[in-house]
Amino acid sequence: MENEILILAQGLKKYFQPRGFFGLKNNFIKAVDDISLEIYKGETFGLVGESGCGKSTLGRTLIRMYEPTGGSIFYKGEDITHIKASQLKMLENRFQIIFQDPYMALDPFWNVGEILEEPLRRIGMDSGQWSNKIKDILEKVGLGSDDVHKFPYEFSGGQRQRIGIARALAVNPEFIMCDEPIAALDVSIQAQVVNLLQDLQEELGLTYLFTAHDLSMVRYISTRIGVMYLGRIVEKAKSRELFKNPLHPYTKLLLSSIPLPDPKNAVKKRKFKSVQEAALTDVMRGCNFAPRCEYKTELCLCEVPILRELEAGHFVACHNAKEIN
Amino acid sequence: MNSSNTKAKAKPGRRIENLIWEFKNNKQAIFSLVYISVILLISIFVVFSPNDPNAIDVTGKLKPPSSLHWFGTDDMGRDYFMRVLYGGRVSLLVGILAMFTSIFIGVGAGMASGYFGGIIDTVLMRFVDVLSSIPWIIMVMVISMVFKKGLISLILVIGVLGWMEIARLIRSEVLSVKERDYIKYAVFIGVNPWRIMFTHILPAVFPTVITASTASIASAIMVESALSFLGKGVSAPMSSWGSLLQSSQKFLQKAPYMAIIPGVFIILTVFSFNKLGEVVRVFAEPRVISGEEDV
Repeated sequence: MENEILILAQGLKKYFQPRGFFGLKNNFIKAVDDISLEIYKGETFGLVGESGCGKSTLGRTLIRMYEPTGGSIFYKGEDITHIKASQLKMLENRFQIIFQDPYMALDPFWNVGEILEEPLRRIGMDSGQWSNKIKDILEKVGLGSDDVHKFPYEFSGGQRQRIGIARALAVNPEFIMCDEPIAALDVSIQAQVVNLLQDLQEELGLTYLFTAHDLSMVRYISTRIGVMYLGRIVEKAKSRELFKNPLHPYTKLLLSSIPLPDPKNAVKKRKFKSVQEAALTDVMRGCNFAPRCEYKTELCLCEVPILRELEAGHFVACHNAKEIN
Repeated sequence: MNSSNTKAKAKPGRRIENLIWEFKNNKQAIFSLVYISVILLISIFVVFSPNDPNAIDVTGKLKPPSSLHWFGTDDMGRDYFMRVLYGGRVSLLVGILAMFTSIFIGVGAGMASGYFGGIIDTVLMRFVDVLSSIPWIIMVMVISMVFKKGLISLILVIGVLGWMEIARLIRSEVLSVKERDYIKYAVFIGVNPWRIMFTHILPAVFPTVITASTASIASAIMVESALSFLGKGVSAPMSSWGSLLQSSQKFLQKAPYMAIIPGVFIILTVFSFNKLGEVVRVFAEPRVISGEEDV
């Protein structure tokens, strides 16, 4: 049904180079390391992983907010990896972003109308049509048209996030990167925002890349899920499949960390080393997860596992996936 | 929506509304506005007064305030009231214009330095370091020897030497502001960098600019009086509040009013500019007014 690939990343890399004392170059931080990924039109691709694993960086590199260090990105089959700023204008309509922190995402000195006009001005929409368009979008995200003249400080966190969503929708995008849009919100508001995102997706045929660390929310909204660990995708599968049958040791760890409402049903948790215990070394030649993994072998320490399709549509990057399961 | 009912004030032109509300409810703000307006008007129109501030009357030296001489007379029998009014002209002119010079250079350099970073930042900031490492009084002496003595060069000297602190302040603000998500968003959708600087960053640093500029007026008035004392500022018989204050020192016991009157004017002026600056922030920064009070 949703076979058209909207965005395709091949061997995508994004390294950051922290500048040290006197401008000496330190080691790279490999925020996104050799990731290949495809996002189908109309789906919601969930990205999960602990904080600092590169979820946001991957998303922002995909929409070309960051310049990729290596690899290539295709948008509907067209290479947009090294596209120039002038040509990026074409993409602005197509790619949008919703930020995690609704307090920082909106300019506190601008009222809602001014905030929503910014992207409209960029796509060169006639200024006479702005007010109608803005009224339209505000209604779509559940705000009133008399909110146009209010400033962000007059809204609650959830309402601000709606304004952020409205700004992303203003230019009729195709692909929205939701950068932990619910992480800063109250649980009851989280549900509202997620439902709003889903309604909008149905209505406008949007495609989402949804990052979060709340697994149950990701499970609820995502079509497919990718699990990231230290800059790499370690497992990728249909949402239901992943939760039912996690293949990678790290995914198992993640899933076992979801708090269960009934302690009697809690499965006995596997013992994994924490990050601190594992003593991560800078030079890692093998699997990133190996230092924490209880199933590690010699192979894991010296060779990077690639994503293999173990079951139909279920990819995992682990040398021992077959043996473990 | 609930919020729109409680906030029935949500209408166009909110900023102006906030400003008016602030003036109506803040007595100090009203006082400052009235005081500054009166002082400015007097300073502008005092030249049409028939009284000469430089008319010497040897028979009436150091007379205390009376109905004839409202502020008394000075050591040469000149009417102190007129001298204070004419002094205000000079002090305000120097204070305000020097402030604009400092703010213009300081904010420009600070924003460019903070926003563009890299080599521009390094060059500008090292230049600031060099300038601020020279003791300003020596700097001022040298510069005022080169330039023709006069009001314009006084203003330029004070203004051009007072922008370094402002530049540093603005730079550090810009550095933190440009990491905010709404700026990143504007960069992402490809908004022109100049537009981002003027529409996003400038409003965000505006409170700092206002605070810096009111402080700058005050310090310019003070610097001017120090320079006058050293003979590098306004020269007699021209007066400024600073020079009046300085020359009153000799007669502190005989005629304390000579020090008190210009002193009070300096204090009130500096206070009023500070207060007005605070109120103007309401216009620039919608958050600062307590929106809860008008329920």
